[in-house]
Amino acid sequence: MEKKPAKKSPGGVSRRDFIKGMGTGALGTAVLPPLLGQTIPTKKGRVPVYDKKTIALTVNGQKVGLAVEANETLLDVLRDKLDLTGAKRVCDRGECGGCTVLLDGAPVYACMYLAIRADGKAVKTVEGLAAGDKLHPVQEAFIEKDGYQCGFCTPGFLMTTSAFLEKNPAPSLDEIKQALSGNLCRCGNYAKIYGAVDAAAKKLRGA
Amino acid sequence: MQKKDFTDIGDGSSLYMEEARGQATRAPRPAQAVPSKPAAALPEAKAPEYKYIGKPTRRIDGREIVTGRAKYTQDIKLRGMLIGKILRSPHAAAEVVSIDLAPALALPGVHAALKLAEGKVRYAGQQVAAVAAVDERTAEKALALIKVEYKTLPYVVDWERAREASAPQVRDDKPNVEKINEYVRGDIEKGFAEADVVVERTYRTGFEVHHPTETHGSVASWEGDHLVVYDSTQNVHGVRDGLARALKVPAANVTVIKNYMGGGFGSKLGLNEQTVVAANLAREIGRPVKVLNARRDNAVCVGYRPSSHQTYKVGAKKDGTLVAFSLLNYASGGVGAGDDVAEPVVDVYKCPNCKVEEHTVYTNVGGSRAMRAPGHTQGAFGLESLMDELAAALDMDPLELRKKNYSTKNLGDTGLPYSTKGLDKCYELGAKAIGWERRNRRPGEGNGSGTIRRGIGVATSIWFGAGVPGTLADVVLYPDASVEVVCGTQDLGTGTRTHMAVVAAETLGLEPNDITIKIGNSDYPWAPSSGGSLTTPSVAPAVRDAALKAVERLKALAAARLEVDAGDVVMADRTFSSKGDPAKSVPFAEVYRDLRRETPFHGERSGMPRDQYAFNTFGAHFAEVEVNVETGRVRVLKYVAAQDSGRIVNKLTAESQVVGGVTQGLSAGLFEERIMDDATGNVVNPNLRDYKIATSLDIPEITPIFVDVFDPRINNLGVKGLGEPARVPSSAAIANAVYNAIGVHVREIPMTPKRVLEALKRKEAGS
Repeated sequence: MEKKPAKKSPGGVSRRDFIKGMGTGALGTAVLPPLLGQTIPTKKGRVPVYDKKTIALTVNGQKVGLAVEANETLLDVLRDKLDLTGAKRVCDRGECGGCTVLLDGAPVYACMYLAIRADGKAVKTVEGLAAGDKLHPVQEAFIEKDGYQCGFCTPGFLMTTSAFLEKNPAPSLDEIKQALSGNLCRCGNYAKIYGAVDAAAKKLRGA
Repeated sequence: MQKKDFTDIGDGSSLYMEEARGQATRAPRPAQAVPSKPAAALPEAKAPEYKYIGKPTRRIDGREIVTGRAKYTQDIKLRGMLIGKILRSPHAAAEVVSIDLAPALALPGVHAALKLAEGKVRYAGQQVAAVAAVDERTAEKALALIKVEYKTLPYVVDWERAREASAPQVRDDKPNVEKINEYVRGDIEKGFAEADVVVERTYRTGFEVHHPTETHGSVASWEGDHLVVYDSTQNVHGVRDGLARALKVPAANVTVIKNYMGGGFGSKLGLNEQTVVAANLAREIGRPVKVLNARRDNAVCVGYRPSSHQTYKVGAKKDGTLVAFSLLNYASGGVGAGDDVAEPVVDVYKCPNCKVEEHTVYTNVGGSRAMRAPGHTQGAFGLESLMDELAAALDMDPLELRKKNYSTKNLGDTGLPYSTKGLDKCYELGAKAIGWERRNRRPGEGNGSGTIRRGIGVATSIWFGAGVPGTLADVVLYPDASVEVVCGTQDLGTGTRTHMAVVAAETLGLEPNDITIKIGNSDYPWAPSSGGSLTTPSVAPAVRDAALKAVERLKALAAARLEVDAGDVVMADRTFSSKGDPAKSVPFAEVYRDLRRETPFHGERSGMPRDQYAFNTFGAHFAEVEVNVETGRVRVLKYVAAQDSGRIVNKLTAESQVVGGVTQGLSAGLFEERIMDDATGNVVNPNLRDYKIATSLDIPEITPIFVDVFDPRINNLGVKGLGEPARVPSSAAIANAVYNAIGVHVREIPMTPKRVLEALKRKEAGS
């Protein structure tokens, strides 16, 4: 076959692939070790270079302390070390929202968030949404309106929705669509999810 | 039509289309004899009124899902479990000269490594070697240490180039182009000679990737000689059988479990390579091993919907009567076969003369797999687009043209009568709901000259969805009055657990939440793969059968207590009472206690008179769109999906199925396209950023309509499948709406802005 000049793939190496590769690839072994435990200059002054660090965070109301590697994501820590498997690994690069958790009340993609950055913060996952046996109104609404199919993306949608309705208790349909646009549902149930979010808003308002 | 093997390693999923079409020969026991007299003698039996069946019921496992407690294969963690990873070929075609595992095995934390490729690799992404290590990072590091020497070979990833004589041969066993389907009825030459109008068009569909949110994955664990596998699968029994063959162990020593699954859409119908790898690594090491695909793997090695290139010719009389159809299709499914797309053109419209020829073109790309209504979404896009272009040529209303050629028998009105067909009702109710009279009378006309043009389109579907005779389910009654229903089916997200609970509760006089459902385990009674819209019409009748037998026993026990004939026992409000003397009654709890021990009742989905009737599902979809003629952007404004899937078991989850089918069709029709790179032989967009999937911002109001035509012959509930019917015509309806808006048909999906603008240029050029 005739060879054309190689086109540059639009994917390339992302920042995230780069960070992930640090621990395992040539860069990790060749460059990092001499710096580990030292500090390097940045715009914000000198910052330490960690390999492992012990962090303390609050997860679903419970204080947790654990040692994490510098290149571990919050999703790795939640799923693999804390056995909180509600947040899912779907695209693993910030494209789908399946891993959405709340960090100090704001939704973040846990797959794109380094665990060491969560030091001192409060994390809420889908496991912490209900108050004991009492479901959160957003959870109730998703059940009532069938706002899910396979359920794999649902924890992400629930976390996004709960944070969104805190900020905007009476959203319009367009605002709901906008708020959910960072979460992919491959079963394609968005049209039912709007209804669930709307119903949840009404429940939360006591309407 | 030729049978198609949908998978790479011969795993039983090839039964899928046979089961869907009702040709499956496999059943654990002979199906019950079918009545030899036409069932038409008992027909027009009225649908009984039910308390739960057909009404909306919330999912009984909703709480598990919304609390994050539902365990998917990805979430399974067993004691001592290791992580396996697969090394894949970067080359589209190469000779594997050598594989050196030693450097990987020398890495601390690595427990085993396997060679998986021998001789040639034929696509980028094909498995080459695997490792198992203490954690994911160590496994990744180990993969990078494996030394593989390749001798690269010429390859071809573009199917049009693969047809050329100079193209490298993809497979050793056959040339790049192979005929996969041929069909003839009547005499098309004669037909075209009688035609007043002849329209000839080519329609193309691209490569659509399943991308279920949960990637393919398995956890394998050996307990002595017994293998237990947690697998993200649509087919626990098929994977069990496939594993037994692949590992050369007795099927009786293999158990496959699937509790929850993050989508499949056809890509998880059979045994996967990563499952075999997990089982082999686990056997070698003596510890459980988990192998999960990365998102990229799901774009390169577990299938996609094959492309199509459909050239149609249609002949019609001035009044719209169809006289001849011909179709020549080239499909491409990489190293595997593409889909045959002919069933819509063969079946949907009354037409005496029809000829089909279909070929597949092999390329150095991973093999395609069945994807939600394989062949039909492509065929519906071609046929339904053609019908609209024919309507314009005849100056006819496209809906009138469809009604004019309405068939009441399959094979274009030359075969068996449909047991029931509610497509006419779908047309009627759907047209009313969308406001069909608002459409442009002729494509692109009366629509102003502004930047934004609106249009309305329709498209039709036919699918199977009758279910599989021989499906088994057990209802188990316990003396403490609890009830369990057990069936080796699986829930893809359609709500199978809830459907089963609804049917059991309805029959036993209980509530759905009273029923404990056990599914997703190959040790449970046999059920078919969850594909082909088979699950509910297979499983629900089996549950109904078992529950009816249970009621019979309970009534007999109650009769003894009430001292009346069993035939005089009435069941209501959790009590049994005497028909003649309602004061004489006994509560459920006491009758169940009389069972003394747990008592199973075996149910089976019986046969249907397939020698006398055709059993199919139908639908008509209507879309309203606006097209920006400057940017080429299409927005769907409103969508109505009218379905004839017989009796609906659960209205709430059925609506979700329709909404999902429409959304996936919208997404495929406007955005989704896997792109191959000629220069490297690799997928250019193996992620969810560059492979575009519809988001919440793209989705309009969607109105599902169920026409509720009761079929008394199909099974004991009159239920048919729904998942695929809702997906079949959705891209086509949107394409026809775009045609109605801008006056030129785009003729290719996805209808990207570029293609819309090219179509507009074509219109300006007057071709």
